[in-house]
Amino acid sequence: MASAHSIDDVIPYTVAPREDTGLNNVKLGIWLFLASEVMLFGALFAGYLLLRVGATDWPEGRTYLSVPWAFTNTLVLISSSVTMVMAWASLIRKDLGKYRLWMGLTVLGGFGFLIIKYIEYSSKFHHGYFPETNTFLAIYFTLTALHGLHVISGMAVNGYLLGPGTKMWQTEPQRFTNRVEAAGLFWHFVDLVWIFLFPILYLL
Amino acid sequence: MTDHAGHDDGHGHHEELGFWRKYVFSVDHKVIGIQYAITGLLFLFFGFCLMMLMRWQLAFPGSPLPVIGGLLSRGMPGGIMLPEFYNELGAMHGTIMVFLGVVPLAVGGFGNFVLPLQIGAPDMAFPRLNMASYWSFFLGGAVMFASFFLPQGAAQSGWTSYPPLSNIAPSGQTAWLIGMIFLITSSLLGSVNFIVTTIQLRVKGLSFFRLPFFVWSQFVTAFLLLLAFPPLEAAGVMQLMDRLAGTSFFMPDGLVVSGNALEVSGGGSPILWQHLFWFLAHPEVYVLILPALGIVAEIVANNTRKPLWGYKSMVYAVVALGFLSFIVWAHHMFLTGMGTIMSAFFQTTTMIISIPSVIILTALILSLWGGSIRFNTPMLFALAFLPMFGIGGLTGLPLGLTAADIHLHDTYYVIGHFHYVVAPGTIFALFAGVYYWYPKATGRRMSEVLGKLHFWPSFFFMNGIFFPMLIQGMAGMSRRMYDGGMTYAHNESVLWLNKVISFSAWGLALAQIPFVLNFFLSLRKPKEAGANPWLATTIEWAAPSPPGHGNFAEVPVAYRGPYEYSVPGDAEDYTPQFDPASARTS
Ligand code: HEM
Ligand SMILES: [Cu+2]
Repeated sequence: MASAHSIDDVIPYTVAPREDTGLNNVKLGIWLFLASEVMLFGALFAGYLLLRVGATDWPEGRTYLSVPWAFTNTLVLISSSVTMVMAWASLIRKDLGKYRLWMGLTVLGGFGFLIIKYIEYSSKFHHGYFPETNTFLAIYFTLTALHGLHVISGMAVNGYLLGPGTKMWQTEPQRFTNRVEAAGLFWHFVDLVWIFLFPILYLL
Repeated sequence: MTDHAGHDDGHGHHEELGFWRKYVFSVDHKVIGIQYAITGLLFLFFGFCLMMLMRWQLAFPGSPLPVIGGLLSRGMPGGIMLPEFYNELGAMHGTIMVFLGVVPLAVGGFGNFVLPLQIGAPDMAFPRLNMASYWSFFLGGAVMFASFFLPQGAAQSGWTSYPPLSNIAPSGQTAWLIGMIFLITSSLLGSVNFIVTTIQLRVKGLSFFRLPFFVWSQFVTAFLLLLAFPPLEAAGVMQLMDRLAGTSFFMPDGLVVSGNALEVSGGGSPILWQHLFWFLAHPEVYVLILPALGIVAEIVANNTRKPLWGYKSMVYAVVALGFLSFIVWAHHMFLTGMGTIMSAFFQTTTMIISIPSVIILTALILSLWGGSIRFNTPMLFALAFLPMFGIGGLTGLPLGLTAADIHLHDTYYVIGHFHYVVAPGTIFALFAGVYYWYPKATGRRMSEVLGKLHFWPSFFFMNGIFFPMLIQGMAGMSRRMYDGGMTYAHNESVLWLNKVISFSAWGLALAQIPFVLNFFLSLRKPKEAGANPWLATTIEWAAPSPPGHGNFAEVPVAYRGPYEYSVPGDAEDYTPQFDPASARTS
């Protein structure tokens, strides 16, 4: 057996799927991780529900928040999910140049989202709307900030896969493709959370 | 199956790692498991010390504690314990025992070390995540520990951190929340790793129904950690927001503190915290008990020299427990006024969940029937576990019935009940596990004489601590009482038990001395345990003791179920999973 430079060399199914489960380790891992993320955001949504049901009056999101900005942001995030799929598809077609282009656009989409979020936040602060103002704003800021952190983490991973992480393509293309796929699943999840946040906070 | 000495041969030569990479920032599941186990044991000891201090105050309320009291000038000026300090000790005892003691030892320690070996894997599926999980746990522990040195000390709102009190408590509570976020991250990384490892890295022939029960228990535990912890994380974030950003998630309208109306927006709900907390904390009690059941199952099968009675029903029961544990949480909240329909629902689910627990315990007890039992130290602890866990479980039923709970809620009866589960229950199982797998981890056996000297006094004192608590609780003595319940006339007849409990607790501490000696002195013995010192059947015993990098000299294959003991017609009374049958028939 070859010398085990890295511990990964001795662990089965890091790249190829296991026959009876049809999965490689990374893919199963990311799905489990997402399940726990569902529980995290699910708990916050449940909290939102309980607080709202128990409140004597609850403001409409529109009175504090800007629906046009949020709608734009929804489009930005959905587009970046599409570009993410394209990035992965380019790797399947063994086209690293295209991959770089699409992945770059995905990261850019993340930046766009954050900039808009920044504009929204500062206009809230400017009007004197803070988390402590009322329970609606408290849950708004908590949920969107936590989501924002997820966007940042997703961008960090994508940025790594766009920059230094690309080296792996030369040595282990399949493994690299799997990584991009897993990062993509996370990115779609972040997108999905926003698709729930948008109506719940801004429209209902 | 042979005692390969040169265990590195199987994988060719690999680079020698330096000290730091090998023992500190290691990615090897065995090293990480041992790190977890030792850190967990140290925290168990620390949490126990906190409790011994509290027991002084409870036995001798208001008297100065000689010597040690003088060292703790912040909390015990003049050696006399302040009420706030008692609260710190109580909150941190609970937190440390649960999150920094038992879980790291049971899951991080035994799970990491044993699970990959039992499924014939070279390591965990994600070794680097595994290391990150340990260090995140370590940071969480460091934050919790350091919080005692804050000007106003550590958290003092109980391990449950109920708002609104926790929201307005001093800064120790913020440290508690930050510590918890590290611990939750750690268990998230760990649980993903355990599940993927179990599903993906099972060796050839090891189907799910050939998994040792220990693996099943860890597998279900990992799902509980994965899915139940995030809601507590959400709640923790909300409480941090309440404390740091001035929000009112858990602050109701019109709250008055020391005569002043609080300047918060209000409109929040303290009950919301309780729901989110217990959504984690009920599954958490199964996290505390399932690995213990797993350990006991291995040791019982091995030392009765018989297959486990009803292995399959045990597996179904443990899976059922996993599911049901998510729908019983509000039995901790019967007295919050949540209404009779909700109460009736949670009372029913609580009665249902006791069925699979009883199935597992019954199967283990029936496994003893007709066995030729070997009474070695691990088996003694495993045997003691059974009735202790039985008492813990049975005393829980009245708490799950709404009518009885009105009387028992928040009394020492509750403390007695759950400690029977986690202390003479889980802790005994963990000791059993240490004695049982120590030879695998070190290549050396622990002393039987010291082991028995550890077991018998521990068994005696454990009951001396916790049985009187049940009596005190039934008399109506409340928990979390700084003065041991002195101010209430109805406690008078049971106050003397406070001294019995406290002296038993200190006795229990002395009873651990043989264990500590045994643990360290045995390290100096020659490595002559061999690969399979207990003549056991599961796959970890195919690896050399201690296993080298990559674990197995040659990749094992599972030929049969996990507990083929005393198979008729076989030359010996055990047929290992990893042994091709043909090699054995006489
Ligand atoms: C073996 C020695 C132990 C002793 C003597 C002991 C004793 C006690 C006592 C007397 C209390 C009640 C304090 C009060 O209400 O004022 C308590 C609370 C508690 N203990 Fe232990 N305990 C032990 C081990 C453990 C273990 C192993 C665990 C968990 C795995 C644990 C978890 C807890 C928890 C969660 C609480 C509740 C803390 C709170 O009120 O917030 N204990 N313990
Ligand atoms: Cu419970």
